[in-house]
Amino acid sequence: MSKVRVLIGTRKGAFIATADGKRDGWRIDGPHFAGWEIYHLKGSPADPNRLYASQSSGWFGQVIQRSDDGGATWSPVGNEFTYAGVPGTHQWYDGTPRPWEFKRVWHLEPSHGDPDDVYAGVEDAALFRSTDGGTSWTELRGLREHGSGPQWQPGAGGMCLHTILLDPRQNGRIFVAISAAGAFRSDDAGATWRPVNRGLRSAQLPDEDAEVGHCVHRIARHPSRPDVLFMQKHWDVMRSDDAGESWREVSGNLPSDFGFPIDVHAHEPETIYVVPIKSDSEHFVPDAKLRVYRSRTGGEEWEALSDGLPQRDCYVNVLRDAMAVDSLDPCGVYFGTTGGQVYASANAGDAWTAIARDLPAVLSVEVQTLP
Amino acid sequence: MVIRVVLPAHLKTLAQANGEVQLEAGERPTQRTVLDALEARYPVLRGTIRDHHTQRRRPFVRFFACAHDLSHELPDAPLPDAVATGAEPYLIVGAMAGG
Repeated sequence: MSKVRVLIGTRKGAFIATADGKRDGWRIDGPHFAGWEIYHLKGSPADPNRLYASQSSGWFGQVIQRSDDGGATWSPVGNEFTYAGVPGTHQWYDGTPRPWEFKRVWHLEPSHGDPDDVYAGVEDAALFRSTDGGTSWTELRGLREHGSGPQWQPGAGGMCLHTILLDPRQNGRIFVAISAAGAFRSDDAGATWRPVNRGLRSAQLPDEDAEVGHCVHRIARHPSRPDVLFMQKHWDVMRSDDAGESWREVSGNLPSDFGFPIDVHAHEPETIYVVPIKSDSEHFVPDAKLRVYRSRTGGEEWEALSDGLPQRDCYVNVLRDAMAVDSLDPCGVYFGTTGGQVYASANAGDAWTAIARDLPAVLSVEVQTLP
Repeated sequence: MVIRVVLPAHLKTLAQANGEVQLEAGERPTQRTVLDALEARYPVLRGTIRDHHTQRRRPFVRFFACAHDLSHELPDAPLPDAVATGAEPYLIVGAMAGG
């Protein structure tokens, strides 16, 4: 029978939840790296026992951990993230230039074909790659140096590169997203980049249609249609059907189109999920009700999914990396909250159960479907 | 000279070090020679106490010894005799900030 492994990063350590394919009985191991912030953990598609974890602390900086046995044991690997060349400046919150300075790794994205090949999205925003299992890291400098870098500025959470989409066709195409710079695409394995933000509008910018400066919170896609992208922006849910060349809004009837995560059903490329948040100044769910919204039409028409979720006195947030799907049938959907709950649905969102209720604030959720 | 170094709990766990760490740090030990010896013994600590390149102390890390704060002393200044002789430990401390 298949098995599911849920990798949970929190403000105070990592947890690993496992269940069989029925997904109704969960075992939780952890905390791993207790007391450290675990922004992200992710497994290699090429070897599911190879996991990477970003462990960081305001006191002691960045550590990257690697597991070769599915998270039972871990070893620290390389933690030296050095910007290529003279890094220059980006904009600070007040518009003044500020030198690039490494702070932490937000997202780790192992490649499709080689467990030793892994990308890291970091704050201050840049993309790094390791081809030796995380021992050493090299910046793909073409992104930061493509020309608009001096205009990038941090979002409230920092100037982070948080989304990395590697093309499943392994054709060298990469999408990344940065808060608050926008989405960028490379067609040559990360050597050169260009912004792909046409159609995004942000009232927080002096030019609402600016080429860069948009606070993209998350981009997701279905592996069978790598050029169809779904985006949760600061405000607005967007989609692109042409690999980011143009975007259109599909927020439709959502109660709020502010939010952080977005994900796509494993078997239905037009079924997508978001968690609306009240506003950019009130980072909790609308009406004190935790509801996932599902669209089966690729956006515009949304239905609330609330069975099993708290429907009163709820004031949690769901962060950008804290939602994932498994590839079982029916598709499982998972998300974690800043209140420390991790919810799972074994029926594509129709009903939810809490697989953990009292963890530290959840920063990230990833799922592995194992044979 | 054998220097006694006390690590904060998180770094002790990271380095898998038990109790105090004892290090050879040269005949005229300084904060730099102690930290160099510490990172040579435990490479995993590189970047967690000092910046990889500038070698500057991370902002929320402090160095204490003999009831004094040495955090702002020059890294090549000699350590107090009591630390150099091993009578007193050299303390690496996570600053009291949040949690």
